[in-house]
Amino acid sequence: MKQYIFTLFILMLGSAISAQESGDILIKNGTVITVTNGDLKFTDVLIRNGKIESIAKDIEAENVEVIDASGLYVMPGIIDAHSHIAIDAVNEGTNPVTAEVNVGDALDPYDINIYRALAGGVTISHAMHGSANAIGGQCETIKHRWGVKDPVAMRMEDAPRTIKFALGENPMRVHGEGRGIVPATRMGVEQVFRNAFAEGKAYMKDWQDYKSGKTSVPPQYNLRKQTLADILTGDIIIHCHSYRADEILMLMNVLEDYGVDKICFQHVNEGFKVAPELAEFGAHASVFSDWWAYKFEVYYSTAYNAAILTENGVVTSINSDSRELIRHLYHEAAKTQRYGDLSDNEALSLITINPAIQLGIDKRVGSIEVGKDGDIAIFKNHPLSIYAVPQYTIVDGMVRFNIKDDAADMRLEVNPEEQIPAFYEYRAHEEEDSCMQGVFEQLFLHNHQH
Amino acid sequence: MRYLYIFSFILLASFCFGQQVQKPESGIFLLKGGKIQTLDQGQVQADVLIMDGRIKEIHNDISHPGAKLIDCTDHVIYPGMIDGGTRLGLAEIGSISLTQDHGEIGNFAPHLDALTAVNPSSVNIPVTRVNGVTTSLAVPSRGRFPGTAALIDLHGYTPEQMYAGFKGVVLNFPSTGRRGSWDRRSDEDIQKADKKAKKELNDFWKQAELRKDIINHPDAEEDAIDYNPQLDALVSVINKETTLLLEVNRKSDILTALKWIREKDINVIFTGVSEGYLVADSLAHYNIDVITGPVLNNPGRSSDRYDVAYANASVMQKAGIKVALRTNESENVRNLPFNAGFAATYGMGYEEALKAVTINPAEIFGIDKDYGSIEQGKVANLFVADGDPFETKTKIKYLFIRGWNIPMESRHTLLYDEYLKRSPGIE
Repeated sequence: MKQYIFTLFILMLGSAISAQESGDILIKNGTVITVTNGDLKFTDVLIRNGKIESIAKDIEAENVEVIDASGLYVMPGIIDAHSHIAIDAVNEGTNPVTAEVNVGDALDPYDINIYRALAGGVTISHAMHGSANAIGGQCETIKHRWGVKDPVAMRMEDAPRTIKFALGENPMRVHGEGRGIVPATRMGVEQVFRNAFAEGKAYMKDWQDYKSGKTSVPPQYNLRKQTLADILTGDIIIHCHSYRADEILMLMNVLEDYGVDKICFQHVNEGFKVAPELAEFGAHASVFSDWWAYKFEVYYSTAYNAAILTENGVVTSINSDSRELIRHLYHEAAKTQRYGDLSDNEALSLITINPAIQLGIDKRVGSIEVGKDGDIAIFKNHPLSIYAVPQYTIVDGMVRFNIKDDAADMRLEVNPEEQIPAFYEYRAHEEEDSCMQGVFEQLFLHNHQH
Repeated sequence: MRYLYIFSFILLASFCFGQQVQKPESGIFLLKGGKIQTLDQGQVQADVLIMDGRIKEIHNDISHPGAKLIDCTDHVIYPGMIDGGTRLGLAEIGSISLTQDHGEIGNFAPHLDALTAVNPSSVNIPVTRVNGVTTSLAVPSRGRFPGTAALIDLHGYTPEQMYAGFKGVVLNFPSTGRRGSWDRRSDEDIQKADKKAKKELNDFWKQAELRKDIINHPDAEEDAIDYNPQLDALVSVINKETTLLLEVNRKSDILTALKWIREKDINVIFTGVSEGYLVADSLAHYNIDVITGPVLNNPGRSSDRYDVAYANASVMQKAGIKVALRTNESENVRNLPFNAGFAATYGMGYEEALKAVTINPAEIFGIDKDYGSIEQGKVANLFVADGDPFETKTKIKYLFIRGWNIPMESRHTLLYDEYLKRSPGIE
């Protein structure tokens, strides 16, 4: 009996916690940047149970928290289509194909970088596997519900599955140079995909044969092959780390051979060279605002990449891939006005509706529309101005960042054994290898084993 | 026929060098109809005459026969920005170590001259200057004394041509912080390493002082003194002929460094200083000039408020410290105006932030006679823009470095021009 009461208690506690995860807020009198329906001045936004209930002038509502946004800019919560925050494992760099692993199994709700992203207006990020492998692990789209301590509660429910692919130097360096196995070249990278897709296809056929009664022995279950099969059936969106134009074309050719069309190229520094091909394929592009020259495959880059892709009709986003840049994606998007003259709405689309489309969550987030999630960022000064300062960040109708009320130290846990506080010296470019986190440790161990 | 041959040769040449920016233009330039940005009286309507690489005259309605007219109507003329700490010119491609010339082997090498390794043809240079950054400090970076930093203007065909008149010996002051999340040393090991590092530093310093005494001794014969460029570089610091650029970031390390330099009569600039906001009064008390940045940076500690790096420069400036900014970048030194913009937004305000990338670094480097503002007689390092240079929307129309009219081109603009409407597109 005691056990039942205890279980009941835990269940109630659980539901109490999740019940707190959405809220009711009335944002009064701001300039509402809807992204999909223009800018609305002196307009209110009412969020009920975590969803946008109405957008209008002079909304009256009871039992809601009221935020006075007079003189402020109210925009959709910013979405980062490429990050590695809130996870404590990035790379399973032990094989060129590791489709079976999932960073969703390594979520870390205590990562202070979640809060710092919120302080930059970012409500959703795509927690990605690294780029050590041609086919890396599956990724997780998370909501920045800072304060929840259950990793599962970080996940954005019903967001489509995504997986990380990687082309070029990183898989070549890790496997070819580091381990002496294919791929050591871009030729080899292509064959890793072709082999993997062939395996996935054969696996699907084995199961079809068994289910249709053609064979009587069930095939052995294999999570890696099953995941590859799920890619082939279109259940998983590919997000592919890529730089050079030739390798981008290569992967599109491979995908065409297998009838796969859901792909977002990540980084894609030379996307501007093949923008017409990307547009024709329907491939998306998620780029840096201005990172380049940190390796040879990004030496022939241009900060005008996002503008060229946009002008060519490619759905484009600007991502961070960095716990530093994720704090000011609004500024990164603004750089497309220096480099390519994008309009305000085009620039803001790069960090709102476009990444939402790329993650397959645009029905729920990415713009301020009735029925969408109550994910909002409120700024003093226009978010594309260098003088913009985020004031509030709201996730599912809950204020998760408030510039006036938040304490300086927002950690959820403190390590009591730490004597010398971890102070990290600034290192230029420490971020640039965030896609390669964990790989060097593995290579190091590997070299010592041999 | 011969003309056709020549014509096709020229055509071919222009294809081959399609990735190269045009030649800068020299001459006499008259910047007409614009306002100039002063550092103490806001924006003032005035024409600017550039001659012999200098600002010859600032006046309303200048006319000068033979001068090339530059229309600045509805535009503002700003002093060129100076980045107080970069790897620009010393680094080309991040992951390829053979293109990196900022980190030599050896722990005590103050004599290594960064200027020697500045590559005037670095593709990063045009990319940087078209954002209004005309001058940057090239800083070596590895070991306790990684070398001597050099200030360069971002146009020239030899390092000597680019040299802008300041050199400083870099000291990475011993740090008691962790080097990154991967640094798993025990606290005890960190303390031990710090003790050892300080002893080595002090021993090296003492050797230099001894050498100075030997050199200055009345009985010393010049050819009896052994070849020791390392110590000579430090002797130059001890003699106050060269400034020490002391890199220090953590709060307690800054206080230790203040104590350390108090016993020495030297010219010193503190660089980095990312926790300066915690000890701003001490820095001000000792009248220390500071080069800090990047502003667009993460806090050093997980317990820090999210915006401490944005606000650090401002807190120090308000405490009375002379503050200059740096990006610590190589290929993205072009973000200096945006770093200044964030500093402005998080407390400094536009005018002080502008000073922190113009006149302040010029004064700190002792070159304010020639650099840092638009004044008659100064070097013509300036740019013409249609608005606030910190705003990303602003367009820079003209750029002058030492009086050269620099084309507003870089690899990034050339690729844009070629690929925006690619031809052939899809067949």
